[in-house]
Amino acid sequence: MFEALKERLESVFNTLKGKGKLSEEDVNAALREVRRALLEADVDYKVVKSLVDSIRGRCIGQEVLDSITPGQQVVAIVYEELVSLMGEDVVPFIISSKPPTLCMMVGLQGSGKTTSAVKIAKRIQNAHNPLVVACDLRRPAAIEQLKVLAQQSKVAFYGPSGGTQDVIKVAKEALAYAEDHLNDVIIFDTAGRLHVDEDLMEELSRLKDLVNPHEILLVVDAMTGQEAVKVATSFHEKLSLTGVVLSKLDGDARGGAALAIRATTQVPIKFAGVGEGIDAIELFDAKRMAQRIIGMGDVMGLAEKV
Amino acid sequence: MFLWSKLKDSLKEVKNRWSGGLVSLFSGSTIDEEFWDSLEEILISGDVGIDLTEELIEELQKTVKREGLKTPDQLIAYFIDLVTERLVAVDGMGKEIVLDKSPKVIVLVGVNGSGKTTTAAKLAEQFHRQGKKVILGAADTFRAAAIDQLKIWGERTGSRVIAQQQGSDSAAVAYDALQAARASGADVLIIDTAGRLHSKHNLMEELTKIVRVIEREVGRDSMENLLVLDAVMGQNGFAQAESFHKALSLNGVILSKYDNTAKGGVILAIAHRLALPIRYIGLGESVDDLRLFEPQEFVRALLENNGNNV
Ligand SMILES: Nc1nc2c(ncn2[C@@H]2O[C@H](COP(=O)(O)OP(=O)(O)OP(=O)(O)O)[C@@H](O)[C@H]2O)c(=O)[nH]1
Ligand SMILES: Nc1nc2c(ncn2[C@@H]2O[C@H](COP(=O)(O)OP(=O)(O)OP(=O)(O)O)[C@@H](O)[C@H]2O)c(=O)[nH]1
Ligand SMILES: [Mg+2]
Ligand SMILES: [Mg+2]
Repeated sequence: MFEALKERLESVFNTLKGKGKLSEEDVNAALREVRRALLEADVDYKVVKSLVDSIRGRCIGQEVLDSITPGQQVVAIVYEELVSLMGEDVVPFIISSKPPTLCMMVGLQGSGKTTSAVKIAKRIQNAHNPLVVACDLRRPAAIEQLKVLAQQSKVAFYGPSGGTQDVIKVAKEALAYAEDHLNDVIIFDTAGRLHVDEDLMEELSRLKDLVNPHEILLVVDAMTGQEAVKVATSFHEKLSLTGVVLSKLDGDARGGAALAIRATTQVPIKFAGVGEGIDAIELFDAKRMAQRIIGMGDVMGLAEKV
Repeated sequence: MFLWSKLKDSLKEVKNRWSGGLVSLFSGSTIDEEFWDSLEEILISGDVGIDLTEELIEELQKTVKREGLKTPDQLIAYFIDLVTERLVAVDGMGKEIVLDKSPKVIVLVGVNGSGKTTTAAKLAEQFHRQGKKVILGAADTFRAAAIDQLKIWGERTGSRVIAQQQGSDSAAVAYDALQAARASGADVLIIDTAGRLHSKHNLMEELTKIVRVIEREVGRDSMENLLVLDAVMGQNGFAQAESFHKALSLNGVILSKYDNTAKGGVILAIAHRLALPIRYIGLGESVDDLRLFEPQEFVRALLENNGNNV
């Protein structure tokens, strides 16, 4: 369904004769395609608007270069804007200088919290002694799921044995357990919830107050649509997020949600989930993400020329 | 009848809870540029997608000329009808699963975390209440604790769960479950499958194998292959529907997590371009939270402002 942006722009610029500066008319025609491409990639409507405006500003009056076509030129500018919006620097997972490091995983139902909790624990296992804690006491077999994943990857696990519904109690017990077992990184898995569910959001606030975490990571499905911004801003307002995990990037979703989340909340995207396996996690890479959103693989060289 | 109106109320209640009342964005008195812009914004924000949004707006603009519509109110009413009609035109839209074969086999498929297992429980509960005998087949043999999750739902809904160990062949589990359903004279077998991204060829193959095994036994007429689609999905939702449909020939879509503020607009493209009906909606995490899809309610909700655009 999705045609690479570059090809579309090539056809827009096919009619462009000769050389000289890119005219406003040329640029507007190109930007219509840019806008479509970004919206198809699920970038937030408003973010697209402001992006297109700033791209327009940069394109109009640009000298058409000898070395690359106008289409490539516009693509390179779009790419640069996307990268700068997402922040080029990798923001690492925070490890507190004073252990234990505390981390909470939060997000909508089914976004990938439980899997990501264990993935992160496994990732740091060489240098640390992480503990994952089951604080999803609601979803059937959620505790068991975390336990099995932890066992598979030889990560320490704490979860309630009885049928308690008291998340705070479990968290307190886990903190004591971690102290006894010298766990220096503690990752709390929480139940999925809607950003608009006030009671359940309040539960997270209480957990946050108790744990006082260094990291609160929002796990967002890369396939999320226009609602992503609202989800991220709601969680951010309530909890002051420190990072985002973008899950399920192993599929073919363009992942425009990432862009919008970063643009509107400023919260850095720290990790990318790239599979169901416990090793399938990577540091988030803004450049690769930008290429993915505009649907192409070879813009980095171009960007250097502009 | 009573039951149905109660169901309708609960959808309203869920949506109202988030929106704090239904605010119309189209309060202006003239049809101007601003009107078209805000209509576009609402549709795109509702995940309708740029192509279909432009197509619908174009059609509406033609109608304005043809019918001489004057006020935004008239136009919106017309628009709701237009989109609703298009939905209703798809065969099976909002239609419940009929247990006309014994056993009827329902296969639930979808990407990871979309809501398949919970939806299996919800359907089991509905059939159970109708006095039907339900069997659940645990064909997600892959995800950690997926079998335990289904077993708990089995207990809660009073349905027998047929399962093997984790890691066993999913088609073999489906086959076993079918034999059990036949032997015990069950009215319906609901098969829960592992989540998989539609772009993964080998996993899609595994799924077609499950469906083939069942189909060979009971025939296609006895099956309902349904895609469970999370309402928060963006344009990728279309690719999901397209791929699963191509692989399995779906009988429709269940729109889960519609209690979210997300509008699920991508189903319009799914209905239009793939002629796939939306059958049910999921409105929460408990077994009671399943309703038939109602086209008009859906289109109204799509146009309602629940704070996204403020
Ligand atoms: N393909 C793929 N699947 C993933 C990824 N991360 C998680 N999943 C799958 O997505 C589904 C949901 O993941 P979970 O970790 O259970 O999600 P959750 O947010 O804990 O879900 P709830 O606790 O029910 O809210 C599971 O089937 C996971 O295997 C990923 O990066 N890629
Ligand atoms: N709010 C809400 N949550 C839902 C709904 N349906 C399912 N969920 C939740 O979404 C999460 C994922 O649901 P599952 O039924 O486990 O999804 P699945 O498709 O079986 O997931 P995998 O087997 O991992 O691919 C769980 O936390 C469910 O409680 C719904 O209609 N509304
Ligand atoms: Mg979980
Ligand atoms: Mg499942």
